Amino acid sequence: MLEIKNLQVKLEDEDKQILKGVDLTVEPGRVHAIMGPNGSGKSTLSYVLSGRDGYTVTGGTASLDGHDLLDMEPEERAAAGLFLAFQYPVEIPGVGNMTFLRTALNAQRKARGLDEVSAGEFLKLVREKAKTLKIDAEMLKRPVNVGFSGGEKKRNEILQMAVLEPTMCILDETDSGLDVDAMRLVADGVNSLRDEGRGFLVITHYQRLLDHIKPDVVHIMADGRIIKTGGPDLALEVEKNGYADILAETA
Amino acid sequence: MAAPMRKDDGRLAATEARIAALDLPKGGFSAAARAEALKRLRAMGLPGRRDEYWKYTDPSALAANEAPEAAVFATDEAQVFGAVDRLTLVFQDGVFDAAASDDLTLAGVEITRLAETARTDIHWAQDLYGVLEARGQTPVARPFAALNTAAASDGVLIRVSGKAAKPVHLVYRHGSPLSDAILHHCVKVEPGAELTLLETGPAAARFNKVLEVDIAEGGKFHHVRAQGRDHERRAITHIFARIAGGALFKSFTLTVNGQMTRNECVMEIVGDDAVAHVAGAALGDGATGRFHHDDTIFITHDAVGCESRQVFKKVLKNGATGVFQGKILVKPGAQKTDGYQISQALLLDEDSQFLAKPELEIYADDVQCSHGSTTGAIDETALFYLRSRGVPREEATALLILSFLADAIAEIEDERLADDIVSRLEAWLARRKG
Ligand SMILES: Nc1ncnc2c1ncn2[C@@H]1O[C@H](COP(=O)(O)OP(=O)(O)OP(=O)(O)O)[C@@H](O)[C@H]1O
Ligand SMILES: [Mg+2]
Repeated sequence: MLEIKNLQVKLEDEDKQILKGVDLTVEPGRVHAIMGPNGSGKSTLSYVLSGRDGYTVTGGTASLDGHDLLDMEPEERAAAGLFLAFQYPVEIPGVGNMTFLRTALNAQRKARGLDEVSAGEFLKLVREKAKTLKIDAEMLKRPVNVGFSGGEKKRNEILQMAVLEPTMCILDETDSGLDVDAMRLVADGVNSLRDEGRGFLVITHYQRLLDHIKPDVVHIMADGRIIKTGGPDLALEVEKNGYADILAETA
Repeated sequence: MAAPMRKDDGRLAATEARIAALDLPKGGFSAAARAEALKRLRAMGLPGRRDEYWKYTDPSALAANEAPEAAVFATDEAQVFGAVDRLTLVFQDGVFDAAASDDLTLAGVEITRLAETARTDIHWAQDLYGVLEARGQTPVARPFAALNTAAASDGVLIRVSGKAAKPVHLVYRHGSPLSDAILHHCVKVEPGAELTLLETGPAAARFNKVLEVDIAEGGKFHHVRAQGRDHERRAITHIFARIAGGALFKSFTLTVNGQMTRNECVMEIVGDDAVAHVAGAALGDGATGRFHHDDTIFITHDAVGCESRQVFKKVLKNGATGVFQGKILVKPGAQKTDGYQISQALLLDEDSQFLAKPELEIYADDVQCSHGSTTGAIDETALFYLRSRGVPREEATALLILSFLADAIAEIEDERLADDIVSRLEAWLARRKG
């Protein structure tokens, strides 16, 4: 479903190449993990896929279900089924969490030619999803992410994912900042969304998350490229030995 | 009374010419106040660009003998607050329209038209008409308010003795491209009484309005207004409020469009533990006509333990200009004052500008006063976050604009009124995407 071919990206304002030819294909129903040293370009990849400003694609392609992602506005990508759980979720003072979620859900439905959900249905839907993620009603009432703890912000990302039901989910370090229990909640949230039609790209530094969200494929990214791809064992190897061996081996 | 702003022959001649062009009503009970006001105006003279409080706003169109033309804006939008149960009084180009208005009877409230008092020599409003305006001329001269007191052709005199059964709504319609309206309202809220006053509409090509509000002990006055959408209209409005002990004054103004608006609000807190809040949200798009919006606020704390808030937000694009001049004066002895002032502008492009002059003058030592002013653009990170969740750019921008305005709108206590204001805003934003 997600097909990235030889993707090359530089910063718009600086002559700095960040992605130097990324190849990656995520099939429906599969969970791919990306690990890699700090600064290797993992977040950049997720931002470029979701359409953030500030980057220039200098080569390659990225498509979702055959649609050229790079040609779409961020909102069109979302409507096409792409979702990014941000490494650093954004605070939006003055916009209530519920308003935000409802506006997003209805905008996506509208883009897909569906009717808006009624206020009642929406409330029911969110309450149910929030409950499983242990997000209380008070948090739902607050402005988006304002005053949320790091872990609460991450859980809020997963709540959005659960409500919007995207087909291609990218999770950028959703495990960082989570305590052990929250990690389990988030993993359960992700696992409950796993199905044949949905793909996942999970960016993480730690094997811990992958204990809960079992990946089918693990990629190692370094210096703007995927330098190694393997099975779940690859994550265990990184956990044990770090990146030195892999980097040396592919250098 | 303020000293003459400048001994300037040109100014005096212009002022005399303006006065000569005025149609001065006889007055009845207000005759003396009108004569006094005329004297004040003569002494002050009409303002010019060189006056300190007119640096950012050009008063010439307001001062001109004739109202500059302003096209009438046709809209099929429903009346603001139309769904609220209220008493409606309609002014068409500054002339009271009895047929379009409700009866002037309302439980807890006594309403008289100013124009009907031309032969009334004794009236309760005698203690109020022009009185607060005259007090408000010190230390800053407000010549257009004096002109208004002298020349107002009509207005309403509202005495509130209990809790008003429903809001009083003044609807200002603009039907003639050359109309020049001067209205003067007085509201007296007696001890413990309560009124909500609504004002909506463009009123005229040029509108000069004064609202004097005297709130006695424990009285409450809520004011919500939406200035009309006519692109070319001009307005100079003044609120003069005197707030007694334990009383509450809350005013909110929404301004969209209008080529020139100056809203002055002069509040004087004279009794302990009183509350005075004034807020405004202004949105202007230079693409559909010039937009110049000026909020000039002066609040005097002259009592102990009082709270004042000024919350002003402006959203400007395509060469629109926003002005904020706000002052908090804490007099000696006004201890435990809690004064807050914020003025913020959201500039949607680089052509627009916001000019702010916040001032604090404090003569008491045990007070808490803060003021802040910011100018910023749309938060691109927040915008991307919203878009990444599927919210289209225009809608996301509108959401961020509404969130920017939220603190000002929160000053409206009545939820129905606040909701109505929000839906007006949403409609305005939806009409001009991007
Ligand atoms: N807007 C930017 N301005 C300057 N440098 C940038 C920008 N965006 C990314 N970079 C640089 O690009 C490189 C890749 O950054 P990126 O955030 O994609 O790394 P990452 O793999 O997600 O790292 P981490 O594991 O620390 O989250 C880094 O060197 C980073 O400093
Ligand atoms: Mg990262």
